[in-house]
Amino acid sequence: MTRKVLVLGEVRDQQLRNVSYEAIAAAKTMAEGGEVVGVLLGEQVKDLANSLIHYGADRVVIVEDEKLAQYTSDAYSQAFMAVVEAENPDGIVFGHTALGKDLSPKIASKLNSGLVSDVTAIGNEDGNIIFTRPIYSGKAFEKKIVTDGLLFATVRPNNITPLEKDENRSGEVSSISVDIKDLRSIIKEVVRKTSEGVDLTEAKVIVAGGRGVKSAEGFKPLQELADVLGGAVGASRGACDAEYCDYSLQIGQTGKVVTPDLYIACGISGAIQHLAGMSNSKVIVAINKDPEANIFKVADYGIVGDLFEVVPMLTEEFKKLKAQTS
Amino acid sequence: MNIYVLLKRTFDTEEKITLSNGKINEDGAEFIINPYDEYAIEEAIQVRDEHGGEVTVITVGNEDSEKQLRTALAMGADKAVLINVEDDLEDGDQYTTAKILSEYLKDKEVDLVLAGNVAIDGGSGQVGPRVAELLGINCVTTITELKIEGDKVYVTRDVEGDEEKIETSLPLLVTAQQGLNEPRYPSLPGIMKAKKKPLDELELDDLDLDEDDVEPKTKTIEVFLPPQKEAGKILEGDLADQVKELVQLLHKEAKVI
Repeated sequence: MTRKVLVLGEVRDQQLRNVSYEAIAAAKTMAEGGEVVGVLLGEQVKDLANSLIHYGADRVVIVEDEKLAQYTSDAYSQAFMAVVEAENPDGIVFGHTALGKDLSPKIASKLNSGLVSDVTAIGNEDGNIIFTRPIYSGKAFEKKIVTDGLLFATVRPNNITPLEKDENRSGEVSSISVDIKDLRSIIKEVVRKTSEGVDLTEAKVIVAGGRGVKSAEGFKPLQELADVLGGAVGASRGACDAEYCDYSLQIGQTGKVVTPDLYIACGISGAIQHLAGMSNSKVIVAINKDPEANIFKVADYGIVGDLFEVVPMLTEEFKKLKAQTS
Repeated sequence: MNIYVLLKRTFDTEEKITLSNGKINEDGAEFIINPYDEYAIEEAIQVRDEHGGEVTVITVGNEDSEKQLRTALAMGADKAVLINVEDDLEDGDQYTTAKILSEYLKDKEVDLVLAGNVAIDGGSGQVGPRVAELLGINCVTTITELKIEGDKVYVTRDVEGDEEKIETSLPLLVTAQQGLNEPRYPSLPGIMKAKKKPLDELELDDLDLDEDDVEPKTKTIEVFLPPQKEAGKILEGDLADQVKELVQLLHKEAKVI
């Protein structure tokens, strides 16, 4: 059965986050031949609409308003609900990002619908759309179906392959205006703590440090390696608790769960809670002085050694490789 | 102030997950309060100590959940409520849980509701925001700081590493992120006092709800474990050579660089 599926494109720093394209691919599966409609909310988003179409959306609806310049759940839910009312969709997809996690349950509740969060794969089987998602911090997985009403899902970044970009695709971009009011939260200040560049949950390469990093300065060689690889820096809880870095870097059961293509664990012992945050990485490299460290049990490749010797050498070798292959 | 905390009983973080008959095996497993809910309980207690009022911890579960409620009482909560759905519900999802919790809360004149931002078992983070929506109150998720000053509330929230400072007011539902506080361990006197604190047990009937009202909208049709990883390669030899070999392996064999 064909379905009309809305996809919320997520804008950050005037750019579409990759997960928006991944969400379109997910929506295509859910639509089963039906229409995939991109939705963009923000102050000035019209120029981004075509990108959604190039990656598979059939058309795009935008809501532009200065009250949407920054995300607040009240403003965005009013704007999104107006689009829902106009479009009457059978399905909705958001990225499972901070915005998606905040907004999706609110919308699901307004629509009296179910919601399958943090989906890592979508398929069809026996006439049902099957959503696969991790549970117990990725120690297990479940397959879910929607038994009543709207098919509403959020997709984990970096797990669903976007459709191939086709710049020849075109589609209608329409806009609706919404009277946004009665905002109950006022954002007074935003403090950017994450450095420019790659977001941990979307990073394809992560270089992570544990207690073995020994100090805040100890993260410098890891940052250099990450920079050469175009990746992000993460940390174990141990490193964060020891104040070698901010909690925003923490990967683990009570931190961020990541699924990069390459995870390089430096001076991380590999406690079960940390593994829960990264064990579904495609390739895991472990660097640790202790040959008995638990991390070696999940690593695809391991080097027993001092990370302060190994990491800078790795950085040099990767620089050489990049020079050769570019 | 009428302060409520939503609590979930979850597996201990150390637990290895195994399946029996296609379901998560609970035999011999240790259970705890969802770690993120602990931040919520701690914050609730601190708010009460500063502004006065009462902290009530609620959970939707079965009689085993009593243990976790007693732990919350031992930490310093004043009352606990168990909504025991064991006999009434076969299945439930986040829609179900949120509906039940909000039915309980809707006539309670809530000032502040706190919850963990996500449960480490389900991992969806839906229930808090759903409950806020059903109660018609404002919701701020993933908070790392909470200050109530008169009729204004100042909240700091974590947004994928960035910090947002928000001004809002009560009534309010917040979901706790790591870094909000350091949850206290229940003290021995706290544990003794907890035994005498009120722990009410309710069923769906008591909330004027029946199974149909809270029927889930989603269903789990299969649970599986990730494929066992093959043993990895521990490199050998001179450190410099190992590094060179690793780079080649990542480029040529694993093809990730």
